[in-house]
Amino acid sequence: MNKYNLNNSYKAVVIGGSAGSFQGIVKILSQLPKNFPLPIIMCLHRLKHVRNGFVEALSLKSVVAVTEPYDKEAIKKGGVYLAPANYHLSVELGNYFALSTEEMINNSRPAIDITLGTAAFVYREKLIGILLSGANRDGGLGMKYIKDKGGMTIVQEPTECMIDTMPRAALAVTQIDHVMKVDQIVDFLKELDRQYK
Amino acid sequence: MVQDIDIADLKKITELIQKKHGYDFRNYAMSSFKRRMLRMLELKSMSIDTLLKKLTDQPGFIEEFLDELTVNVTEMFRDPSFWRIMRDEIIPGILLNHKEFKIWHAGCSSGEEVFSMAIMLKEMGILDQVTTIATDLDTNILDKAKLGTYPIKNMELNEKNYIRYEGKKSLKEYYKEENGKAIFDKDLVKNVSFRKHDLVTGEIFNKFDLILCRNVMIYFNQALQNDVLKKFHESLFKYGYLAIGSKESLIWCDIATKFIVVNNEEKVYKKIKD
Repeated sequence: MNKYNLNNSYKAVVIGGSAGSFQGIVKILSQLPKNFPLPIIMCLHRLKHVRNGFVEALSLKSVVAVTEPYDKEAIKKGGVYLAPANYHLSVELGNYFALSTEEMINNSRPAIDITLGTAAFVYREKLIGILLSGANRDGGLGMKYIKDKGGMTIVQEPTECMIDTMPRAALAVTQIDHVMKVDQIVDFLKELDRQYK
Repeated sequence: MVQDIDIADLKKITELIQKKHGYDFRNYAMSSFKRRMLRMLELKSMSIDTLLKKLTDQPGFIEEFLDELTVNVTEMFRDPSFWRIMRDEIIPGILLNHKEFKIWHAGCSSGEEVFSMAIMLKEMGILDQVTTIATDLDTNILDKAKLGTYPIKNMELNEKNYIRYEGKKSLKEYYKEENGKAIFDKDLVKNVSFRKHDLVTGEIFNKFDLILCRNVMIYFNQALQNDVLKKFHESLFKYGYLAIGSKESLIWCDIATKFIVVNNEEKVYKKIKD
């Protein structure tokens, strides 16, 4: 069964989320297929001055341990990465991460637009972007960058979101390939996984 | 408005600057360098051609360029746990062997870290025992650092960090408020020399017991980080300390074996080999 017409050419999955996305993220990470073939790069809004706790909380539930990458760390297949507190997280040509302390964007650092936008530049049509529940517009432009480079765009079904501003911002600025509930996103990732095995 | 810049255009800009002005941005991290360029073009409503022309024809423009290019977002007592480690472990470690010592803030930006350090040293009662050099590439920002004057709206965050650091007083005791600005006591930095210095092309100029360079090298690629770390190694006395940002690492650089980790969480290293 290939419901979403997927193939094995994708190089990475990026996920953005803010207020109300934690439960969804936990569900996705806890049902991730074993040995998932792609890196999952997450940029979630979080308290700027709380460095510890978040990644540990996610790791408890996740099939794969979640890590906050160091500056210039290589991106590995199957790695699950979370943008660290108070840094923007970029993907660089050459497939590694870069951190920065530039100005906040959309009142956010990390800003989802930066992570999604730089990933789109590097992975182009081989990228899947997923935007979940959130109370501000950050990530909308990032999804547009992904679409403009030929990548695949998915947003969480707005009616399922605790706060739907974020997915609606994406829907307003670009073409979204799939609007899905979290359970469907889980199925989608399982189908994606099968393409590589 | 310019939406995107080609790598070819970025190359043109960095090569022109290198030839004409002697600054070398060729090994800056691409993603942030590109964002800085886009931001500058947008702020100044400028095309890439205009930028190239100004860099060629207007002698004073390079300073303006450097000021926009460099990231000058910082906080006092950023990462309070780092400052507690400085106060409770690192500085006492230095004092075991030297009554007087030297600190280098490399890439000091608007000086928040320099003033944080001065306040910490003053509360430890050793401010007069320390000689400090604070450097940055950007002369405009150095002028700001010397003034020690910050928007009052930043002080809420700074005060919060200071409280988390568990300082002895209130931050308010170190500055006076005037026209929406917090003006810090200049006595705090009377032993500080603020100097223009480029980490990329600059020479080694002194030896130190402690070098702080937090969240500066994240704007460089790995090759350049390696070069700069070599310079830091040379600029440290044996058993001197190097502090980098909490999400930076020495693990994969050439001189890693010449340092030991003193505190991994806060990324403080000690030079153990020449």
